[in-house]
Amino acid sequence: MSGANEYHPSMLRGLCALTVRELKKWLKDPVMILMLVLQPLIWMGLLGKSMNINAIFSTNSLGNLEIRDVKIPGSLLNPPVSGVIVIPGTLIAQQLQQMFSDIGAKIMQNTFGVTDYFSYMAVGMVSMIVMTTTMFSGMSIVWDRRLGFLDKVVSTPVPRAAIIFAKVLNATLRAIFQATVILALAYLLGLQLSSTFTLLNLLGVYAAIFLLGVGLSSVFIAFSLRSTRMERPMQIISLITMPLMFASNTFFPIHLMPDWIQAVASVNPLTYLTDAVRQLTILPLDASKLAFDFMYLSAFAAILAAIGIVLSWRYLTR
Amino acid sequence: MTEEVIKAEGLTKVFNKSLVAVDHVTFSVKSGEIFGFLGPNGAGKTTTINMLITVLKPTEGKASVLGYDIVKQANNVRKVIGVVPQEYTADEDLTGYENIMLCADLYGIPREIAKKRALELLELVELTQFKNKRVETYSGGMRRRLELACGLINRPKVLFLDEPTLGLDVQTRAATWSYIRKLKEEYGMTLFMTTHYLEEADVLCDRIAIIDHGKIIAIGTPSELKDSLGGDIITIRIKENVDVSEIIRGVEHVKDVKNDNGSYRIKAESGEATAPLIIEALRKKGYTVTRLSLTEPTLNEVYLEYTGRAIRDAEESREAFRTQRITLWRARAG
Repeated sequence: MSGANEYHPSMLRGLCALTVRELKKWLKDPVMILMLVLQPLIWMGLLGKSMNINAIFSTNSLGNLEIRDVKIPGSLLNPPVSGVIVIPGTLIAQQLQQMFSDIGAKIMQNTFGVTDYFSYMAVGMVSMIVMTTTMFSGMSIVWDRRLGFLDKVVSTPVPRAAIIFAKVLNATLRAIFQATVILALAYLLGLQLSSTFTLLNLLGVYAAIFLLGVGLSSVFIAFSLRSTRMERPMQIISLITMPLMFASNTFFPIHLMPDWIQAVASVNPLTYLTDAVRQLTILPLDASKLAFDFMYLSAFAAILAAIGIVLSWRYLTR
Repeated sequence: MTEEVIKAEGLTKVFNKSLVAVDHVTFSVKSGEIFGFLGPNGAGKTTTINMLITVLKPTEGKASVLGYDIVKQANNVRKVIGVVPQEYTADEDLTGYENIMLCADLYGIPREIAKKRALELLELVELTQFKNKRVETYSGGMRRRLELACGLINRPKVLFLDEPTLGLDVQTRAATWSYIRKLKEEYGMTLFMTTHYLEEADVLCDRIAIIDHGKIIAIGTPSELKDSLGGDIITIRIKENVDVSEIIRGVEHVKDVKNDNGSYRIKAESGEATAPLIIEALRKKGYTVTRLSLTEPTLNEVYLEYTGRAIRDAEESREAFRTQRITLWRARAG
C-alpha cells in the first residue's frame, strides 16, 4: 500500500497548522483587534481611575481645614512665662495636612504594597482579562463542532492531542497578547514600575499567564466539547468569573477580607497569578514568594490540563 | 478488482441508549465502484458514514476500510480515506488555498508535494482564479468544489461523500456529478456516497443500498433494483367510486395492484401490451378509465416499493428537517 501511508502526520505540524488557523481568524478582523485594545482601556480608565482610593487619603479629602489660632496662656507652661503664646491655625492645618498625607501613604503602602492604587488595580486587570480570554476562546470549539470543522479534523490522522492543544495554545496566546496591551496602556496611564523591574521580567509575566491559561482553557475546552450550544458555557463563565475575581487579590488585598473569603482566595489560582505579576512589575521582587506563586500555578496547570485533556480525548470520539 | 474495500457487519449506532440511528447494517463495497446509500433524511446515512470515517464509535458490530478496523486501526483508516462532509466545513476566514494547505498539514504531507498538489486540485475543481480569495466570498457550488479538493489532498483510496449536492441548484448539481466522475477516473478511487436524490443515485452509483429507519432494505445495481420490481408500472384512475382491484388482478400479466385513494398502481410485465387489456376488462364490467399512465420503473418506484412511501413524503419540510437534525445532534452530544 503506497501513497497515503508515506505521510507522517506529526503532532508539531498539526499543532502549528491548527494554531495558525485560529490566529489568522483572529487577526483578520481589525474591529476585533480594536475591541481587544478598547476593552481593557475602558475597564482600566473607568474602574481604575474611578475607584480612586488614593484620593481618599489625599489632603484634598480633608477639605478646607479651618482651625482657629490656639492661644496658650504663658502661666500654664512649665516653667511659666508671661503673656500668651499664640499658635496660628494655618500652621496647625499645614502640619495636619502633611501628617495626613504621610499616614495616607503609609496606609496605602501597608495595604496594597504600593502607594498608588491604580498600579495595584492595573495588574489585577491583567489577571481578570487573562481569565476571561482563556475561558471564552476555548469556547470556539463549540463553533468548530457546529460547523462540521471539528468532525473533518477528527477524520484526518492528525494526533488527537494536537486538536486540543491548538485550542489551548490559541487561548493562551490571546491572553498573553491582551496582557501586553493592558500593561502597555497602564504604563501610559501612570502605572509605576518598581525598581526591580526589567524587561526580562516580562518573560516571567508571560510564563505565569501561560500556566494559568493552560490550566483554565483545558478544562473549559473539555467542558465546551460536551455542549452543543454556546449558552451553557457562557452561563458557567459568567457564574464563576465574579467569585474568582473578588475572592482573590485582584482588586483588593486578601488580608483585609473575612476569614472565609481568605480561605477561598488562598486556593484561587488567580491570587497566585496576580501576585506573581505584581512581584514582577510593581512590587520590589520577593524571590521566595514568587517561587511559591510559580509552584502553585505549575501544579494548577498540570492537574487541570491533565483532567481537561483526558476528558477532551473521551469526548472527541463520540 | 473484486476486492472488498469497505466491509460492514451488523454495524449499529445507538445514541443516548435509546435512539437507534443505524440498526445492524451489513454491506460491502467493491474496489473501484461508486456505492450509494439512498434514503430519506434521518434514515441513518450520515451516522453510517461518520462511523466509517472514524468520527463516531459504533455501538455494536464492526467495519473495516481497506482491511483496517475502523475502531482498532482508526488511524490507518484515516490515512487512506478522503472525506467530503455534508456541511461546508472550509474555514470562511481563510482563502481556498489556505484551507487546502491546512488539510495537507493535518495529513502531514510534505510541504513541497502539498503545494504542487493543492494547485493541481484547485485547477481540477476550477477554483484557481479564486484561490487567494476568502471562502466567505465563495458561492455554494464553489464551496462544494473546495470541499472536494480538500478531501482529495491525501490521494485517498476511498472517498466518502456525504450528500455531495445537498442544497445545490440543478445546474450546479449536474456540474458536481461530472466532477465526481472525473475524480473517480483520474484517481481510480472507490467512492462511498449518501444521497436522498433518486436521480443522483441512479446516474452516479454503480450499486445502491436503500436505507430507511437505520436498516438496509434493498441492495443492488440501479437496474437490478428496477428489475426486482418485475415489470412496468401502470397507473390508472376510473370514474366510478368503487374498488376494482380484483377485476384488474384478474387480467393476464398483472402482478400486483395497489389502490391508493382511487388511483391504482399496477405492476405488470410489458406494460404496453397489458394496459389495453386492463381498459378492456374494466369496460366489460361497465367502468370508465379516465386517466392512464405507463412508466418504466425508476428508482422512485423502487423506493416506493421498498419503503412504502415516496421519498418526498419522507423529506418533510425543511424546518422539520432542521429540528430533527438538531435533536439528533444534541442526542449525539449528550
